[in-house]
Amino acid sequence: MQKELIRLEHISKSFDGQMVLDDLELKIHENEFVTLLGPSGCGKTTTLRILGGFVQPDTGKVIFDNQDITGMPPNKRQLNTVFQKYALFTHMTIADNIAFGLKIRNKPKSYIEDKIRYALKLVNLEGYGKRMPDSLSGGQQQRIAIARAIVNEPKVLLLDEPLGALDLKLRQEMQYELIRMKNELGITFVYVTHDQEEALTMSDTIVVMNQGYIQQIGSPESIYNEPENAFVADFIGDSNIIPATMIEDKCVEILGTRFACVDTGFGSNRPVDVVIRPEDVELVEPAAGTITGVVTHLIFKGVHYEMEVMANGFEWLVHSTLLSPVGKEVGIRVDPFNIQIMNKPESEDEEAVALEI
Amino acid sequence: MRKTADFAKKIYTALIFLFLYAPIATLIVLSFNASKTRAKWGGFTMDWYLSLMQDETILDALGTTLLIAFLSALIASVIGTVACIAMSGMKRRSRTVLMGITNIPMLNADIVTGISLMLLFISLGLRFGFGTILLSHITFNIPYVILSVLPRMKQLNPSVYEAALDLGAPPLTAFFKVTLPDLMPGILSGFLMAFTMSLDDFIITHFTKGAGINTLSTKIYTEVRKGIKPEMYALSTIIFVTVLVLLFLINMTPDKAQRKTDGKEETA
Repeated sequence: MQKELIRLEHISKSFDGQMVLDDLELKIHENEFVTLLGPSGCGKTTTLRILGGFVQPDTGKVIFDNQDITGMPPNKRQLNTVFQKYALFTHMTIADNIAFGLKIRNKPKSYIEDKIRYALKLVNLEGYGKRMPDSLSGGQQQRIAIARAIVNEPKVLLLDEPLGALDLKLRQEMQYELIRMKNELGITFVYVTHDQEEALTMSDTIVVMNQGYIQQIGSPESIYNEPENAFVADFIGDSNIIPATMIEDKCVEILGTRFACVDTGFGSNRPVDVVIRPEDVELVEPAAGTITGVVTHLIFKGVHYEMEVMANGFEWLVHSTLLSPVGKEVGIRVDPFNIQIMNKPESEDEEAVALEI
Repeated sequence: MRKTADFAKKIYTALIFLFLYAPIATLIVLSFNASKTRAKWGGFTMDWYLSLMQDETILDALGTTLLIAFLSALIASVIGTVACIAMSGMKRRSRTVLMGITNIPMLNADIVTGISLMLLFISLGLRFGFGTILLSHITFNIPYVILSVLPRMKQLNPSVYEAALDLGAPPLTAFFKVTLPDLMPGILSGFLMAFTMSLDDFIITHFTKGAGINTLSTKIYTEVRKGIKPEMYALSTIIFVTVLVLLFLINMTPDKAQRKTDGKEETA
């Protein structure tokens, strides 16, 4: 693993008596693309603003490069932020916007000009230096906001839902752009979003947050395939979350029927939740299925069909490229590897999650 | 049928404008009248304007008026802008209360404001003159500045100031380089409005000026009490035209900015 760059220790913050962050612990490494993902009000933006220095935590420390920067004002920090609504200086040209930070630091003129040219090239907007921000489209303005931040050579770039205001097509394009820029610059990105697809596409590490708590930290694959609790499973993509009983290692009883699985160590006869992704539910002939059911809904989604199957009193969400018409009796089969077992919510923070859903 | 309705509308509008502007039109016409009596037209002349220019007491009053208007508008602009910055950081409740308090001098009858300022200056033992006029003009100008800067303040994207901090600017630098330019159109129209109000004021000045100093409006008042001279028509016309031009400027500035961004959005 890369060297640790930022460490948040026991960070708590409340606004007007409302707890936003509760004893948050987070490590961010050099050259990592970290995404803070969660619904609005989960504390992800507050975490970012604490990193940027715009919000002071009530308790806890921000350690940057082994140095405590908790009380340091934003203008002294070696991080730069890309704001949600671009926040360009509308009375200045694009070039002056980009040069702002360099001029404050009294860099020589030729250096500034080189930097402007380099930054405009990096964001694919060469020759836009003399234009005014208002004359650019939303996507272009966001690129300028990124250029303005990166010319200062920050060790970390903080991005607060930078693609939120863009349309879908442009957003997807910008996702690839951001990955490219990150690789070219070789710096740490801390990215805040509520869009799970954005998080899965771009991140090295995803931090799923809810109600001021970190729910799970992991790679996109582990977050998607092995969600640790019902909130994460539900927030990242569609899923079937079913209450079940762990009979013994590698055997779980779902809706009264025993399924083979690969998880161990949950004890015997313990209530658990299982997560099965809709694309992992196989529809087969009734005789070949572990359980049988009837198709109740069918929607064509482009890449696949989305079906709902009523079986053992539960509506199973199924994604498949093969069509099963409404009313057809089908068998349901799930590969043991695709059944993810989760503990029932026990602790207070996970219960908060259950309420949210 | 529709034609008569249209015609009636036009007549109505014309009548309204006639009653609104007939007095001023009469004044302007008389200021060019060669005959000294108001009753008959004695031909076109610029004499009254010329003799006005040679009257030293009037030129003095003009100088005082412009100086007071400029200084009071400038100082009120600074104080008003600072007040807006403070108010934008307040909680909604305290802001509403403060806004109400600042609006009182604007809604208050001029004569009450004038007399209370006079009493205040007397009890403070101030010597009446240029200073007291300036102080009272600053007082009644501040609300106009606040009224024109505060909406601009509310439109500001708070991230813009934060972005400047983020890029390494200390708070004051960030304010002067980023926030102030964004507020400038509001401050400018507030300044012009304050300038106009100051230029325009008679009653408050009358009570706070003391002897030996006159602004144009108090000068006209003194002259008219002695007997109406045609020079006063000319002077009043000049004031009217000046205020009219300033009003145009005030209405132009935010409008122009608006149209500019509108146009840009279309091209974007």
